[in-house]
Amino acid sequence: MTDSSRDYDFYVESHTEPMVINMGPSHPATHGTVKFLLGLDGETIKDIDVEIGYLHRGFEKECEAQLWNGVFPYTDRLDYTASALNNIGYALAVEKLIGIEVPERCKYIRVIIGELARMSGHYTNLGASALELGALTAFIYFVEARELVWDIIESVCGARLTHNYVRIGGVISDLPDGFRENVTSVFRTNRGLWADFNKLLTKNRIFLDRMRDTGAISSDDAIEWGFTGPCLRACGVGYDVRKANPYLIYDQLDFEIPVGETGDNFDRYLVRMEELNQSMRIVEQCLERIPGGPINVDNPQWRQPSKDDIFTEMESMIFHFKNAIEGVKVPAGEAYQAVEGANGEVGFYLVSNGGGKPVKCRVRPPCFPMTSALPLIIKGSLLADLIPTFDMINLIGGECDR
Amino acid sequence: MGIAEMIETIVKIGFIIGLTIGFFAPMLAWVERKQSAVMQDRIGANRADFFGFTVIGLLHSLADAIKLIFKEDFIPRGAERALHTLAPVIAVIPSLIAFAVIPFGGKYTLWGHEVNLVIADLDVGVLYVFAISSLATYGVVIAGWASNNNWSLLGGLRASAQMFSYEVAMGLTVIGLIMFYQSLSMVDIVAKQDNFFHWGIIWHWPAFVLFLACAVAENKRVPFDAPEAEAELVAGYFTEYSGMKFVMFWTAEFIEMVTIAGLCVALFFGGHHVPFITDAELAGGFSFLGPNVSNLVAMLIGVGVFIFKLVALLILQMTIRWTMPRFRYDQIMKLGWKMILPLSLTWIFIVGVGILTGVMPSP
Repeated sequence: MTDSSRDYDFYVESHTEPMVINMGPSHPATHGTVKFLLGLDGETIKDIDVEIGYLHRGFEKECEAQLWNGVFPYTDRLDYTASALNNIGYALAVEKLIGIEVPERCKYIRVIIGELARMSGHYTNLGASALELGALTAFIYFVEARELVWDIIESVCGARLTHNYVRIGGVISDLPDGFRENVTSVFRTNRGLWADFNKLLTKNRIFLDRMRDTGAISSDDAIEWGFTGPCLRACGVGYDVRKANPYLIYDQLDFEIPVGETGDNFDRYLVRMEELNQSMRIVEQCLERIPGGPINVDNPQWRQPSKDDIFTEMESMIFHFKNAIEGVKVPAGEAYQAVEGANGEVGFYLVSNGGGKPVKCRVRPPCFPMTSALPLIIKGSLLADLIPTFDMINLIGGECDR
Repeated sequence: MGIAEMIETIVKIGFIIGLTIGFFAPMLAWVERKQSAVMQDRIGANRADFFGFTVIGLLHSLADAIKLIFKEDFIPRGAERALHTLAPVIAVIPSLIAFAVIPFGGKYTLWGHEVNLVIADLDVGVLYVFAISSLATYGVVIAGWASNNNWSLLGGLRASAQMFSYEVAMGLTVIGLIMFYQSLSMVDIVAKQDNFFHWGIIWHWPAFVLFLACAVAENKRVPFDAPEAEAELVAGYFTEYSGMKFVMFWTAEFIEMVTIAGLCVALFFGGHHVPFITDAELAGGFSFLGPNVSNLVAMLIGVGVFIFKLVALLILQMTIRWTMPRFRYDQIMKLGWKMILPLSLTWIFIVGVGILTGVMPSP
């Protein structure tokens, strides 16, 4: 515990010492990913020290040993509740470095999968928050909704949690037959589950009391600490990468950015609830407008062509061989590309020296700055308030610790 | 006390202990699993089987019991060994003996012997219940303190504050009822509810709502489970308990649910009475069987009706538990002292005015 963070005067006056208590890493609310060292006066948190790093895997170093395309499975494990969004962020960063643009259909597919992943992330977050406030029933409702979303994603790429679906210059497979009908029926069920969840919690007095006015942060502080995503929007700042720096086809889509007022946990909850609806809206629009055409860049240097081409065209054959052995030769340079992850701005900063492997792959995890602001938010409130605040900040170990 | 009375008392005690520990505790474990499963679109526990017979998951309670009996009884280093062992016993016994004054039937004459279906017909039955249920607090506080664990300590402190606060509010919620029935004896109160329009719930439904809230808070179940809030305090006061000691806390919780339901039935839902039919009329309906057998049938029907109402209230408690999120600890206190206490005082006043003016005719 750092000395500067201690409130000495209080203890001198009261002639008592704070009860120092370890919350985590194996604690039901921190589930192995983080540890809080709390100094409690009664139940009031006088002092908090957040220790992260329990899920550190050396992601950024690991990427330097992988071919450009081999990084995708690692990005899955950043925010594993919404892994396709990380795939997309990384792919866009590499494409920016190369200077290629994927075909129109691919953009639509990426948006659809990305929004489905965002929904899965929000379902997990909202459901888990309800669970940790004791509302197990609401949690199960959203787990069901998430399962259904995962079923759709599974029908596209075969994976449920870690999608590994996007590639440099395209995606691995086209949408399956009957995808649109499938999505329509799942969305119908999920809207029902959303309404049930909403009825159980949003106007529930107990839930309101737990969430309202707890964990609040002002918009100035939030910006200063580097908040992004739902937690920033809950403060009343309408910053969303999808609107601020549109990528893929977000500038052509009609959707709204829900914005809160007070920046407390309840607004964060409401923002996420509304984003679920907006994500469904985006997916439905995309499904309506999605054009035909190729899903991959038609250039064997960047995106591996079909096996037919590989066995019949000399150039495809060569690049297949070279890309498999040496990796895609991304031109030397550096690029930063941010996308709106489920938690906020997920940024990839890549450096290439023209070789087949990244020289540097740095991720800007959205929950890291928010976790660092946790002491600021939570000091002085009750131990019980730490639970909804921590849930709404949504520390994802994989993303924060990398 | 004659031999007959002694046998009668032993049979009644056996019946109540069998009903609570033997039947309701394991059944509630099953109901908790199955009802939550139904409410959450799940299937629920259905895997424990005996030669392929799963009996809709009922065997899970048995499997649990066997597993937990064979578990290591772990006492953490630095714990107060004697108190750590004693705490679950102190927690479970009050919830059991509180049932002694709850009548589960009326008075019946069988073969010249008068049977009163309550273990102890105390004149101060209501006070006895409150006195005994306060004792349960000790078990929890001692458990929290003796475990040598900060989480347990916090849970024990929360529990003591919460249980004492709600003790006060709970006592006040039934004052109106006592004024109305002009008796502290549970047997009297039940006897005066033979007319459906004299049921506690008809005249005192606000008191019932307040009483149920206090009773659930006493029992520390969701939404009042701050002392054992698993997301905050790991498991609160029983964090350091394992094996059968853990089960004893669990059993205490379930038995207390039954006791709460029994109290509600006796105070508000007419005890064993069938609506619109008095005991005499019920026995009269079977008079063709002779006086003794007809009384016996009326008694069995009465006990059956009591258990039916008990189960309905248990299901209500389960439904509350699986619908609500959890209060914050200070909000529980605020609710108890600033909402329920003034409301119950107001209700006492209203009942007083009602009785004085004759709007609320005492039976």
